[in-house]
Amino acid sequence: MYKNFFRYLISAIFLLGFSVNSNADFKVGFVYVGPTGDHGWTFQHHEGRNAVEAAGIKTTFVESVPEGADAERVIRQLAQSGHDLIFTTSFGYMDPTNKVAKDFPNVKFEHATGYKREHPNVSTYSARFYEGRTLLGHIAGKMTKTNTIGYIASFPIPEVIRGINAMTLAAQKVNPNIKTKIVWVFTWYDPGKEAEAAQALIDQGADVIMQHTDSTAPVQTAEKAGVWSFGQASDMQRFAPKSILTSIIDDWAPYYVERAIAARDGKWNQQDTWHGLKEGMVAMGPYNSAMGADLVKEVEQLQKDLASGKVHSFTGPIYDQKGNILVAEGKVADDGMLAGMSVYVKGVEGDIPK
Amino acid sequence: MALYFFTPFIAIILTILGGGIIFYILGFNPIEALKFYFITPISNLYGLSELLLKATPLCLIAIGLSFCFKSNNWNIGAEGQLTFGAIVGGGVALLFYNQEGFYILPLVILAGAIGGMIFALIPAILKTYFNTNEILVSLMLVYVSKLLLDYLVVGPWSNPEGFNFPETRQFSDSSRMPLLFESLRIHAGIFLALAAVMLSWFILYKTYLGFQIKVSGLSLKTAKYAGFKGKTMILVVFMISGACAGLAGVGEITGPIGQLHRMISPDYGFTAIIVAFLGRLNPFGIIFASLVVALTYLGAETAQIFLQIPKYTGQVFQGMILFFLLASDYLLFFKVKILNLKKNELRH
Repeated sequence: MYKNFFRYLISAIFLLGFSVNSNADFKVGFVYVGPTGDHGWTFQHHEGRNAVEAAGIKTTFVESVPEGADAERVIRQLAQSGHDLIFTTSFGYMDPTNKVAKDFPNVKFEHATGYKREHPNVSTYSARFYEGRTLLGHIAGKMTKTNTIGYIASFPIPEVIRGINAMTLAAQKVNPNIKTKIVWVFTWYDPGKEAEAAQALIDQGADVIMQHTDSTAPVQTAEKAGVWSFGQASDMQRFAPKSILTSIIDDWAPYYVERAIAARDGKWNQQDTWHGLKEGMVAMGPYNSAMGADLVKEVEQLQKDLASGKVHSFTGPIYDQKGNILVAEGKVADDGMLAGMSVYVKGVEGDIPK
Repeated sequence: MALYFFTPFIAIILTILGGGIIFYILGFNPIEALKFYFITPISNLYGLSELLLKATPLCLIAIGLSFCFKSNNWNIGAEGQLTFGAIVGGGVALLFYNQEGFYILPLVILAGAIGGMIFALIPAILKTYFNTNEILVSLMLVYVSKLLLDYLVVGPWSNPEGFNFPETRQFSDSSRMPLLFESLRIHAGIFLALAAVMLSWFILYKTYLGFQIKVSGLSLKTAKYAGFKGKTMILVVFMISGACAGLAGVGEITGPIGQLHRMISPDYGFTAIIVAFLGRLNPFGIIFASLVVALTYLGAETAQIFLQIPKYTGQVFQGMILFFLLASDYLLFFKVKILNLKKNELRH
């Protein structure tokens, strides 16, 4: 009895503590997993934040928040200190975001790349990066002399496997002899490891390198070795001007501005967003003139067709590594299949680590 | 002797002054910045709970380290022992992932302590029987345990329903530390830390083992003349240290985290070295030091939220504390003599 009373008292004081803040100005908080200067993933989210700020909305960010026990406190503090909309920009914030959302029903939460929306005030969003990978595959298939494409992969999650498959399928279309070699580095950001992986792939005969990690190390390694490469997450051209053919750019800015304004005006709804080239959440960097005018034209056309829906990255027939059919001729993979993708398509070498 | 326990306070005051100067140079109002750093984080119950939550693993590890450091054994690998303890404890928790029962949590905790102990025994045995350097061995083993954890959460232990994301299943409620208050994260693990403080005080100051540890720390030769069995003592202090680190790891995964993944500790094992020295390797000093260092973590976050001061200032503060502590030790315990030499005396 006494113990319960004490508990309620504490909860009551606690609740009182954060109801005081609800009348403050509209503010948006951002939680980043890396430093704002990573020139990749976090850098682009930060650019998105700058756009929100430019739209006249106050913002706050916290960088380099580890995905462990600290994440929940940072998210909670943002909620508690009068932020009305909070973007948590890494997969590892999924459970903490949902946990905090439960205690702050009046605060809106947006979690990037996750799949849990346990409360009505949690939305999720991600980009169809694989559409960009299709363009890279087309370019890589045309540019390679050794028919070997090197791919630095982070974790064997559906998003990464989807990118590998989309790239391989597109490359095979223009060059049936293509092989994709993969090195798993099991990190999102480790310039040393990424550079080593790039070098290992180059040593194995890859003359086009791409990566699903955040640092600029792979493109710099490729530049030194004189092979082709692609920028990831943000325009990395200035880090390897000769080597980079183009970059996949994550452009979060329009989405962030739209959602922030919606939340400010009381028009925010829970949703699961998966935008691509069409909406501009995935964009392409400038094309390298070394590609030649014809190829650039081809790729630009393909980009238009992907955006309009005329072409789909995963159009059948698609076979897995053993030759079983995954998507029948004339059909395209649906979003459910894409979201859970866990096998390689034919032409990718090696096994998915288990 | 009084000075010996006083210098940590001097170090903290100097750190705060130094921090104020840095904030001023960065263009922030130093008073306001320091307020957000040291007062705002603990100005409500939630903040206090978070402070204790953060201080718990630091205190536990530092208590364990104090046994090693007092006896001149330089265990730098508490982070690895924490990780390995979490792996073993987490493994047991995963065995029971779909079961409930009062016996599960004690088993998990015990497994974590044993895991940390075993991992600490490696550098200890190598040191006693093969004369290796325990600093290097224990430090290198940190990477071994982290890679092992990486392997487990990506491969065999990853959540079958988790889309291959590098994390295990959630532990069942019976493997979780009970929360002390609703809606606060502070959990029963804090009692483990307090028990460790009491127990370590008792061992260090009331037992023969404690006497051996202290004598060996002051003079290895004296310890030898006194006929202490050095090898056993080395093994014991490493085991205590590893068990404490393992408990800290298990406290994190069964407390706020609730599963195994790759980021179970933001380098608590290394930060605890600062805590141990700031606390003068004294059990009660360590409680105080763990709170101060925990506050630098929280302060860095609030300072970034409210003033957008870069979060890395937290590490700068931790570094400054250690620097000022060592510097004041040096200046206080060594006599500074200013030699009044004339120029020609220098030249002869």
